[in-house]
Order: sequence, then structure tokens, then C-alpha cells
Amino acid sequence: MATHTGGLTGTEDRGTAGGQGTIEDGGTDRAATVRIGNLVRSFGVRRILDGLDLTIAPGEFVALLGRSGSGKSTLLRALARLDHDVAGSGELAAPDNLSVVFQDARLLPWKRVLDNVVLGLTGPDAEQRGRAALAEVGLEGRERAWPIELSGGEQQRVSLARSLVRDPELLLADEPFGALDALTRIRMHVLLRRLCERHRPAVLLVTHDVDEAIVLADRVVVLEQGRIAADLPVELPAPRRHGSSEYAALRDRLLAQLGVDLAEDGGQA
Amino acid sequence: MSTTLSDKQPPAARKQAAPAARPLARRHTRKRLAPGRPVPYGWALGALLLLGLWAAGSATGLIDARSLPAPWTIAVAAGDLIEDGRLQSNLATSAQRALLGLVIGVAGGLLFAMVSGLSRVGEALIDGPVQIKRAIPSLALIPLLILWFGIGETMKVVTIALGVFVPIYIHTHNGLRGIDNRYAELAETVRLSRPQFVRHVVLPGALPGFLLGMRFAVTAAWLALVVVEQVNATSGIGYMMELARTYGQIDIILVGLVVYGLLGLFSDALVRLVERRTLTWRRTLGD
Ligand SMILES: Nc1ncnc2c1ncn2[C@@H]1O[C@H](COP(=O)(O)OP(=O)(O)OP(=O)(O)O)[C@@H](O)[C@H]1O
Ligand SMILES: [Mg+2]
Repeated sequence: MATHTGGLTGTEDRGTAGGQGTIEDGGTDRAATVRIGNLVRSFGVRRILDGLDLTIAPGEFVALLGRSGSGKSTLLRALARLDHDVAGSGELAAPDNLSVVFQDARLLPWKRVLDNVVLGLTGPDAEQRGRAALAEVGLEGRERAWPIELSGGEQQRVSLARSLVRDPELLLADEPFGALDALTRIRMHVLLRRLCERHRPAVLLVTHDVDEAIVLADRVVVLEQGRIAADLPVELPAPRRHGSSEYAALRDRLLAQLGVDLAEDGGQA
Repeated sequence: MSTTLSDKQPPAARKQAAPAARPLARRHTRKRLAPGRPVPYGWALGALLLLGLWAAGSATGLIDARSLPAPWTIAVAAGDLIEDGRLQSNLATSAQRALLGLVIGVAGGLLFAMVSGLSRVGEALIDGPVQIKRAIPSLALIPLLILWFGIGETMKVVTIALGVFVPIYIHTHNGLRGIDNRYAELAETVRLSRPQFVRHVVLPGALPGFLLGMRFAVTAAWLALVVVEQVNATSGIGYMMELARTYGQIDIILVGLVVYGLLGLFSDALVRLVERRTLTWRRTLGD
């Protein structure tokens, strides 16, 4: 855990104060994996995040929606501690053991697929784990390929394998499927869902796509004017498809929250 | 695409041509802008053609043997030189000079590039002076180097090393600076240590730049070698040529030129081979 400033203010904190983001099974009395309190991040005079609060429980899948420029990536980068030169304050607690999936697969072009997956891993079983992770994303047999030889979807699957082989407590993903075509995207949704069920990391997924958020997440939050403006649980039965009235209702609410005028535009994806 | 093509054919021809037209049509679909596959042994073709022209010119008497002897005259001269051992010993001396200068220059260039590429303080201290040094041709330093080191081997090796240093530094430094910051972010998120970062990201990322610098460096080494050997030397290929000039032995001068040329060609081919072996992950227009 890395706690930036001040004491913990999260109301759900009844467990290990400022301590490990341990995953405790069962029960309602869990330590949160992510705890953000009154977070501020500014570029120059512009406050992009302005007193943001957010808590994510272990194993919880949260989708983060928001208009372009609302600060989703800024929040994610703060959690990943990649915002070295950004001015800000607030409480930010996230496990050290986190993985990031970027919008671009971000594979090192000079390393073969397997070496990309196990990058930075140590231990004698690293290679074995890497192979297993590649098999999980359906890429066994491609261990020796160069990244340039893979399709966009395959590259993104390698990047998923690279994240999951570390068994992260927290998985941060910034529009990981944004560059993929619609069909590949659906396949990746199924894959991601399955992988998350098996590894149970807490997930924060940034997306532009309301349907993606509803299909994947346990909870959808909307970022607006530097804060979480809506926080909605997704309580839909397992195969979440368009068409059910609950689905449509949730979708409409989220779209309205994002400022899409449904009278004009009902079918926007 | 294939339909638009076959529509242009007359109706009678269309039916018959249909099966055969497919691969043809595909070949015509789009003109590739990249140069395409390399011609096998293409690099030798142009050289052989030139050699053929030269031989033909000499045989027919179109080329005056006093200004440019025939290829076979030069071959005979080379044979004589090899027989009495002069070519080998001079070549060995030259190669040793070039290699020593190359090794020192490459090591220095690499070291300075790494320091200035990996730390801002290093860059502030190193980059400026190197850019100034770059503005002064290494060969212009020879008078100064002679005063400092005399006219012995040290001066020669230092001159070559200085000529090698600059391209290695410039291109390696460029390669380092050109490494995408996104890879540094990735390295942070997978929690690489600094040595791991250097090993897995920085060095492979700078390798293409370094190898490019290496090709310039090899050329620079031979160039500096030629100059220092002709300025004042008592051994080496350049000395052999200087001596031949005073005796008017044009065939020996040409043997020297051919040897320099071959050395340059082979060393460049060597660097290119290393390039191809180590940069298999890249796909460029050249391959
Ligand atoms: N390094 C930076 N320097 C200055 N301003 C920045 C920087 N990074 C982001 N911003 C600004 O902060 C705001 C939020 O950016 P951010 O990337 O977080 O948006 P986003 O919600 O991820 O948008 P998108 O959905 O388009 O990716 C934008 O207005 C952007 O211009
Ligand atoms: Mg963004």
C-alpha cells in the first residue's frame, strides 16, 4: 500500500488501516483495495480531479465512464503512480502489486512474445508461468513470435497475459479495447470476464463505451467535473445482453449522465 | 478489385480468362511503394559491370595504361607484393591501427553516450563539448595531435579514435533519446529496477542507433587511417602507396586503393550482417 497524505477517511475502512490490501474472502468486513479520498490533480490552473472519492473492494470490477477530457486517464495514472510531475494532493491508497493494461498493447518490439510477458518477473518458474498465461489468453505456440508479427487483438491479449501473470491485486485498464474492431472487442470482453473471475483482481476499467461498461462491470462510475458524479451497481443476471428492460434503463441513465440527448440519439453505442 | 479488372475485358474473353485471371488480377491490384525483394547478390552486379568496362577499355587500348593500368597488371603487381611479403606486413600494420582506433573510439563513444543519455547532469556536461568537437573535423586536429603525441603510433590511433568517437556518440545518443517514453512507463508499472531497465529497454532500444553509428564509424576509421598513413608513416598501406608515388609505380598505388576499398566493403558488410542478426525484430524497407 502506498498512502500519500493524511489519515484514512474512507468509511468502509474497518480493517487494516493504511496497511496491506489483502484479499480476504467472504464476509462484508473487507479491507478496500483502492481508497481514494479528496484527490486533487491539476495541470497549471486547471483542476482536472477536484476532490474525488472512490473506493474499490477486493475483486470488484469497476468501470469508469466520462466524457473525453474529463480526467479518466489522469485518475488512472495517479493510481498507477505514473504522474510524477503532476501537481496534486489527497489520499491515495492502492496496492503495490498492480498491473496496467494500456490502450496500445505496449509490447517491447525487440522482445519475443514470451519475454514480453515475463518482463521483470524473477524466479525459476517465471517462464513456466509466462507460458501458462499465454495459453490462458489463447496464444500458446506464439511464444517465440515477435510483437510485430501479431495482429492488434493478439498484441492486446499478450498485454493482458503480461498483466495477469503477475497476479495483481488491482488491474488498471485505460480503454484497452479502444483500438480493436467490434468483433474482436466482444471476444476480448468474454476473455477478460473469464480471466477476472479466475484471478479475481480488483479492476478499474476506463472506457468510452457504455455497453462495455454494463456488460463487464459490477459497478459503473461516471467522472464529471473532477468528481464521481454517479455510482451505479450493475445488478443484471449473468449473460448481459441488450434488450432486457433493466439493461436499457441502466444504459439510458448512464447516457443521460454523460450528457447524450436520448431524444435525438437513441442508438448510439 | 478483380471484378473491375475483368469487366474491362470483352465479353467473349471474360469467360475463358476467368480462372487464370485471378492471380494476375491480384498481382495488379496495387503497386507497392516499398522497393520489394532485394536482387540476390545485387550489390556485386554494379561493381562487376564497372570492372568489365574497365577491362574492355584496357584491352582495346581506349584507356591509357600510364594513367590507369589494366586490371590484370594490377593483379600481377598485387601478386608480386604478396610474394615478397610487403603487402601482408603493411596490411597488418594498417589493420592493427584501424582496429585499435576503432575499439577505443567505439568504447569512448558508447560510454559517453550512455552517461549523457541516461542522466540529465551527464547530458549537460557531455553533450555540449561533443557537439563542439563535432564541428571540428577530426582530421583538422592532426597538426595539434602531432605536437602533442609526436608522429608515432599514438598520434595515428588517437586520430582514428577521435574520428570514430563522434558518429558512435551521436547515433547512440540519438537512439537513446528516441526511446519512447511509453516504454519507460511500462518499465515502471512492471517494476523494473534501474539496471533491468537499462538492460531490457535502454540497450536494445538504442541498438539500431548504435549500429548505424557503427557503419559511419567504420568508414571514418578507414578515412582517418588513409590520411594519417600518408601524412607521415614508415609502414602501412598508405606508406606503401606514398612510396610508390615517388617511384611512379602507378600499379602499386592502385593495389593500395583496391585494398582500401575491399577493407571498407568487408567491414561494412560485417556491420550489416551484425545488424541483420540482432535486429530481426524490425521490419524496414531495407529488408
Ligand atoms: N500532461 C498533461 N499536461 C497538460 N494537460 C494535460 C496533461 N494530461 C492531461 N491533460 C489535460 O487533462 C484533462 C484530462 O485528461 P485525461 O487524459 O485524463 O482525459 P480522459 O478523460 O482520459 O479523456 P479521453 O477519454 O479522451 O482519454 C484534459 O483536458 C487534458 O488536456
Ligand atoms: Mg484517456
